Amino acid sequence: MTLFIEQLINGLQLGTMLFLMASGLTLVFGVMGLINLAHGSFYMVGAYATAVATAASGSFLIGLAAGVAAAAATGALVELIVIRRLYHRPHLDQVLATFALILIFSEGTRWLFGSSPLWLNPPSLLAGSVTLPGGLRYPVYRLMIIAVGVTIAVGLYFLITRTRLGMRIRAGESDREMIGALGVNIARLYTLVFALGAALAGLAGALVGALQSVQVGMGEPVLILAFVVIVIGGIGSIKGALYGAILVGVVDTLGRVFLPAFFRQFMSPSEAAGVGSALAAMLIYIMMAAILAFKPKGLFTAND
Amino acid sequence: MPPMTKPDSSTLAPQPGLPTTSRWHDRKGLVQIGLLAALLLAPLVAYFLGHVYYVNLASRVTLIAMAAVGLNLAIGYGGMVSFGHAAYFGLGGYVAGISAYHAFDFTPVFSWPIAIPGSDSMLLIGLAAMVLCGLLALAIGAISLRTSGVYFIMITLAFAQMIYYFANSWPTYGGEDGLPIYLRNSLPVVDTNNALTFFLICFGGLLLALALTSRLMKSRFGAALTMARLNDTRLATAGIAPYPIRLVAFVISAMITGLAGALYADLNGFVSPTMLSWHMSGELMVIVILGGVGRLYGPLAGAILFVMMETLLGGLTEYWQLFLGLVLLFVVLFAKHGVMGWLAGRERDE
Repeated sequence: MTLFIEQLINGLQLGTMLFLMASGLTLVFGVMGLINLAHGSFYMVGAYATAVATAASGSFLIGLAAGVAAAAATGALVELIVIRRLYHRPHLDQVLATFALILIFSEGTRWLFGSSPLWLNPPSLLAGSVTLPGGLRYPVYRLMIIAVGVTIAVGLYFLITRTRLGMRIRAGESDREMIGALGVNIARLYTLVFALGAALAGLAGALVGALQSVQVGMGEPVLILAFVVIVIGGIGSIKGALYGAILVGVVDTLGRVFLPAFFRQFMSPSEAAGVGSALAAMLIYIMMAAILAFKPKGLFTAND
Repeated sequence: MPPMTKPDSSTLAPQPGLPTTSRWHDRKGLVQIGLLAALLLAPLVAYFLGHVYYVNLASRVTLIAMAAVGLNLAIGYGGMVSFGHAAYFGLGGYVAGISAYHAFDFTPVFSWPIAIPGSDSMLLIGLAAMVLCGLLALAIGAISLRTSGVYFIMITLAFAQMIYYFANSWPTYGGEDGLPIYLRNSLPVVDTNNALTFFLICFGGLLLALALTSRLMKSRFGAALTMARLNDTRLATAGIAPYPIRLVAFVISAMITGLAGALYADLNGFVSPTMLSWHMSGELMVIVILGGVGRLYGPLAGAILFVMMETLLGGLTEYWQLFLGLVLLFVVLFAKHGVMGWLAGRERDE
């Protein structure tokens, strides 16, 4: 039972990270109609900038702020130079141009920092673990990640429903031409939304970078998981991204732990490990296919 | 609200009214023949000068081009932006790898319900690769084609990732380390171990794929597929359901790519999950775009350019993909019609 709860919390932690990635992707798609493969690059930029700034300043918090700022700045720059030429292009062009951006960012980073990973440790204040009710010991840092994710989710909710910027974002989702006609500077709104998405991805990269290692290509597996999340949740819907992220995070984590154990009941241990891990790796994609077979537009369609 | 994208202007451009007279009398025909001749002559010359490396390089170009011809049928002609064709390329590769593995071991691939032994016959492996890729594409296409636009792109990507992770974590056939193929697959009469012979087999495969695509697009089916891309409501009004047309084109596209994959694994003597990865899907798309979308010979032009860049830039710097990215970005933003648009005029090949 403690194992189950521990893995459930691990799943929640993965889910909140996925939400940070997926909310940016889905915002950019909802407002600008753009499919952005280079979102994983902002995740990587955030992690690298945090690692470098933390090593230079000695403070994880300063590093984190630098990482988020670097990701947001990179996002704004990329939007100004490349992305804004793509809004009226077919999806194929968007996919290819952002694929090109991935190649440029990944190889550029490899050029600058080399192929070996950088190390980033969580701050010593959050290094230990706490005893949760029920006797389970759990690392503080991972709990902090969940707390940050929940805070961001609540913050985004208020940003979108309660502020003027959020009003413009919602208006942009439902009628782009109209808000332009009403005097909103659409170009600036788009840059802002894109930079916001990049900052969220950078934050996710920095937080996860301290758990795992900071290396080239770290954003790609997360990017694809984030795609699964927003397809399940309904592209363009922040609410869908939240539910989709938690669902994917929990199902993926629990599957990896419990499927091999399940097959061990009636198979030899080595076979069970093989079948179990292969099936666990496919689990979320099977879940996605099943959901799409019934709801081709995802669980929550945008704007409802 | 669904995303608004302007319709691709090239698809709405007036089609040329004049029938093309003969291959030799128009610029496009000359470019097409020139590309094929260059691809055929370069390895012949290299072989007789004793540079087997370049013969194998030409085989690589040919097979990548063939895989991209398959993808072009889906993307260029059918308007189905599949971001998961590595699944078929890799599945073809694994059919070759697994079959050779069992032929080498004298163990059956399956022992139940019927015993299927391994084989090193190129014909059998090619057939098996095409059948299995066709079935996989039927399943993936049946679900994915219920959606469109961005959903279709992401779902095909997700299915390919599913196969990728499966191959990665399934230990029997090497898992993430991949599977070596110790023996080149054999054909009756000819010696497939000879690099030039193997190139000619690949070249024959590419010609077949090109001829099939050309015939298909000139047929009633091709006209229906074109209309499914341009305006599927209008196709439905004409009494033809778009969904089955798209599905059939998707399946044929996957079968061509799968056959190329089987030969590609055979050429390298190795198959690994890399062939299934999303980078592979991306590269195949890049090749289609570099060459020119919806151009019959676009994939060939794209593959030649891609492998040349990989070889030349890759020899200069290990960060060559940085430059590939810059070139690709330039092509997408400023040179939409690709190499074929530049060499042979901008109309699409129907």
